Amino acid sequence: MTPLIEVRGLCFRYEDGTAALRGVDFRLDPGETVVLFGPNGSGKTTFVLHLNGLLSGEGTVRVCGLPVDKRNIPEIRRKVGIVFQDSDSQLFMPTVLEDVAFGLLNRGFDRAAAISRAQAALATVGMSAAASRAPYHLSAGEKKRVAVAGIVAMEPEVLVLDEPTASLDPPGQRSLAELVSHLPQAKILVTHDIPFALALCQRAVFFQGGVIAAEGTVEDIVSRFDWDFSFGGSKLRH
Amino acid sequence: MHHVVLDRWSRGNSPVHRRDPRAKILALAVFLIAVATAHRALLLLAPGLLLLLAATLIWARLPLAGVLARAAVVVPFAGVFALISGLAGDPARGLSLMAKSYLSALAVLVVGATTPLPALLRGFEMTGVPRFLLIVGQFLYRYLFVISEEAQHMRKAAAARGAAARDWMARDLRFRAAAGALGVLFARSHARAEDIHRAMLSRGFVGHFQPLEPIRFRRSDAAFAVLASLAPILVRIAVERAAR
Amino acid sequence: MYTVHIPDGFLSTPVWVSLDAAAAPAVAWMSRRAQRGFDQAQAPLLGVMGAFVFAAQMVNFPVGAGTTGHLLGGALLAMTLGPVSASVVMTGILAIQALVFQDGGLLALGANVVNMAVLGVLAGYLPYALWGGTRWRKVSIFAGGALSVLVSAVLALSELLFSGVRMPASVLSVSLVLFLVSAVLEGAITLAVLESLERLQPRLVRQPEAGGSRAVGVVAVVAVLLASVGVLFASSAPDAIQQITHQSAAGTGTWLSKSGAGLAGIALIYGACLAIGRVASRNRSA
Repeated sequence: MTPLIEVRGLCFRYEDGTAALRGVDFRLDPGETVVLFGPNGSGKTTFVLHLNGLLSGEGTVRVCGLPVDKRNIPEIRRKVGIVFQDSDSQLFMPTVLEDVAFGLLNRGFDRAAAISRAQAALATVGMSAAASRAPYHLSAGEKKRVAVAGIVAMEPEVLVLDEPTASLDPPGQRSLAELVSHLPQAKILVTHDIPFALALCQRAVFFQGGVIAAEGTVEDIVSRFDWDFSFGGSKLRH
Repeated sequence: MHHVVLDRWSRGNSPVHRRDPRAKILALAVFLIAVATAHRALLLLAPGLLLLLAATLIWARLPLAGVLARAAVVVPFAGVFALISGLAGDPARGLSLMAKSYLSALAVLVVGATTPLPALLRGFEMTGVPRFLLIVGQFLYRYLFVISEEAQHMRKAAAARGAAARDWMARDLRFRAAAGALGVLFARSHARAEDIHRAMLSRGFVGHFQPLEPIRFRRSDAAFAVLASLAPILVRIAVERAAR
Repeated sequence: MYTVHIPDGFLSTPVWVSLDAAAAPAVAWMSRRAQRGFDQAQAPLLGVMGAFVFAAQMVNFPVGAGTTGHLLGGALLAMTLGPVSASVVMTGILAIQALVFQDGGLLALGANVVNMAVLGVLAGYLPYALWGGTRWRKVSIFAGGALSVLVSAVLALSELLFSGVRMPASVLSVSLVLFLVSAVLEGAITLAVLESLERLQPRLVRQPEAGGSRAVGVVAVVAVLLASVGVLFASSAPDAIQQITHQSAAGTGTWLSKSGAGLAGIALIYGACLAIGRVASRNRSA
């Protein structure tokens, strides 16, 4: 079985010289949902930006067997959809429908096809009623759903969600987990939200200092790295 | 905030809202020129044109008093100059400044309150304004909501850090604090622009925006354009005849 | 704290028509230049930075005696994004201010663009381009901020005078003093913000390049000269201006001929825009 994503020895250094990634190996198989844990600044987001060629470092990144390079980038960006942390940066078009259709028009769909696909994607995330609204009048949870719709509309093979629950209230987090669990794609979640990860992911990897320090089940990684505030190692209780 | 209210108004539904933005732009241009070039019988002309705009507002089902009050943002500035003109022995000019600037501002507001800004900008594109400038304007408007919110948080934070102190040193410190806040806001805005660009690339942006729906100039738009352009001209001719 | 966004109804027809006619090709050229030579990241960047300048008005700087001022931003943008991009951003801001906030007129947009977005920005960049790389760097940043405000304000004032708006000499001198205070404040704010930004993210501050576009340099110098001539003229002989304008206004024709002049002006501007747009798009596709 070809892995959907295969990364070997990925290293990346920012222009100012800081090494963000120092030899990352990673693999994602079809149907899998993996969570990336790790402290802030450990390289999770930098890593994710390599998966559709927004950044390029040393080492190899392959998506569905295709190496990520200049020639393959349009194809790769169709296969890997990223939902970014800040929905406001992602929703830049004047209306919800135009935003969801943005990627489709770029892919060359004609207007009618783009509109019907965008409407279908909005129905999937339960936001059909908001089609003609402006993104800035939506709540954080609604914005996130529209952002997901904009990616889902392009029917990618891999869905990457960067801190999807960061600005959501608990009911919003629950309903997003519900939504994401029903999407058919293989997924990579970057999050600090343990219940969210537990609900969705079979496997967890832990980033530290620009490398993957450990891999295992979500429970395993959480307990090994004392990664949960709400139980176990919280020193505030004592 | 002002632009939030205007945004709500502009997304209403009325015969005026539904007109092609180009028809409204044309009518607006004619109205503004009719006002700008008027010299005689302003005391009669101004109420006539005001009635015309008020009728449009009612037709557009917008809150009349609310819109009339918003257009009054020009009054302080115009008022100062009217006063100065009066002092300089030219009260007629003072009155004309007040009337003309208020009417013009109200006319622009009527169009802005019946046309969502993105549609208005597309209307301007089709009249030949550089596309790049309009896309910049669209991003500017979109992120006005986001960046102003960030700025408000910062203002509160700065106020919380002892803005009560009054002596000279405190003023210097507050000046620096404000400059620091703007430095941070600048850097954040810049980073946000990079994020937006990433999000665009990530969805296969190919270098140009494609509109989702073509704007169609219907017969009703043509009719509106003709009538709405003729109206201020006819009002002016009638008033100036009557005043002769 | 003291800016002049000229509303509609203040400028005489010849003044607003000719300034619209001057602004249109300048804006067309600047949009083309700001877009060319950079990647497509320019559009979101310039838009978001415009939103920044807007939002920056909410952050108050203490001036003294209970009053506060805020950043106007033309010079700051020129020193970070470059003068041409800064002009485009300021033009966008003025257009949104006119359309959404009724701050400044639409027929007077050309005047406001010429004053603030074109000549104000270029004048603000001039000292930085000349001395930003020397040990006079701080002075040049301060002077840039101050000059941008002074040039814009004086140009606006002269346009009002030329349009026949009467001002007693006392009001004129008070205005000039206010401009000076605003200019000093903008210089101080520009310097303080730029220094804070340099500590935070030095890469965002543009290094001055004296060998930039010659055309831009010439326009900048002309802007400063125009403004200083305006000051001298306005302060020494306000009555003379009024005499000139009154004489020309004495022969008022019918309103038809005046409206005709206005419409012809608009048609001219429109034609110029379209022609430049054509040339621009041809260049781009070539």
